[in-house]
Amino acid sequence: MRALFAFLAGGLFGAGLYVSGMTDTTKVQGWLDVFGAWDPTLAFVLGGAILPMALAWNVTTRRARSTLGTEFPSRPAPRIGHNLVVGSVLFGAGWGLVGLCPGPAVASLFWGGTGGLVFVAAMLAGMLAAPPVRERIDRLATL
Amino acid sequence: MIDPDWIWGLAGGLMIGGAAALFLLVNGRIMGASGIIGGLVDRSGWNTALERGAFLAGLLLVPGLFVLATGVPAQTNLTGNLWAVIAAGLLVGLGTRLANGCTSGHGVCGISRFSLRGMVATVFYLLAGGIAVVLFRHWLEVV
Repeated sequence: MRALFAFLAGGLFGAGLYVSGMTDTTKVQGWLDVFGAWDPTLAFVLGGAILPMALAWNVTTRRARSTLGTEFPSRPAPRIGHNLVVGSVLFGAGWGLVGLCPGPAVASLFWGGTGGLVFVAAMLAGMLAAPPVRERIDRLATL
Repeated sequence: MIDPDWIWGLAGGLMIGGAAALFLLVNGRIMGASGIIGGLVDRSGWNTALERGAFLAGLLLVPGLFVLATGVPAQTNLTGNLWAVIAAGLLVGLGTRLANGCTSGHGVCGISRFSLRGMVATVFYLLAGGIAVVLFRHWLEVV
């Protein structure tokens, strides 16, 4: 059941990414191109996505557990660490450079050609490199 | 004047948010693409590997099969500059894991619960993305 609903959620997510234009790197770069030919489409995507999710978070306050029995994820401590800021800046730079973030990169693999495969391979390598880099940032931050 | 792309963006956004709501309310999980992938890559999430794998299978197969089955032309319009693609993939992989989230986790799931970390991360990756587009696209013209 858990896997079935995970598959359905992933499928709906992927379909939504495709329908919304998030798998088209020119639309994403157009949104980030505030000083050029700005394309506001992604504001509609983000707004549309936040709406049902805000309702879902509201539902979790009135229930103890999810339908399949898992406790709802607790709210992480609202601490803004170095890794959050450094990581987000690095991610944003890569996102702006070619216009792909993790979800759309996977969703578009079928038609993304060699470039799409190369991007995902490099992304996995970057993820593999993260734990030691995080340790180093933590150590630098406490100096 | 309403651009039809905005309507598609809103419709796709609602699907993305619906998927996140489904994953939260039924499975009790946060729908963050980089976290779901990253937990498999660095083995930190192997105890929920089946659920993660099923989500990613849906994310990969549903849009892929839809595009293949309908023959609707789909384009990522990714840059042909493979060095840029590799650099961007590494940055996205490393950055999202350092920050513990990407557009779906911090953006959609975080902002919708008024998470300070989600909002701060989103501000930083949007800023970095905007600067990257100006720098690499308009000034250096590498992508």
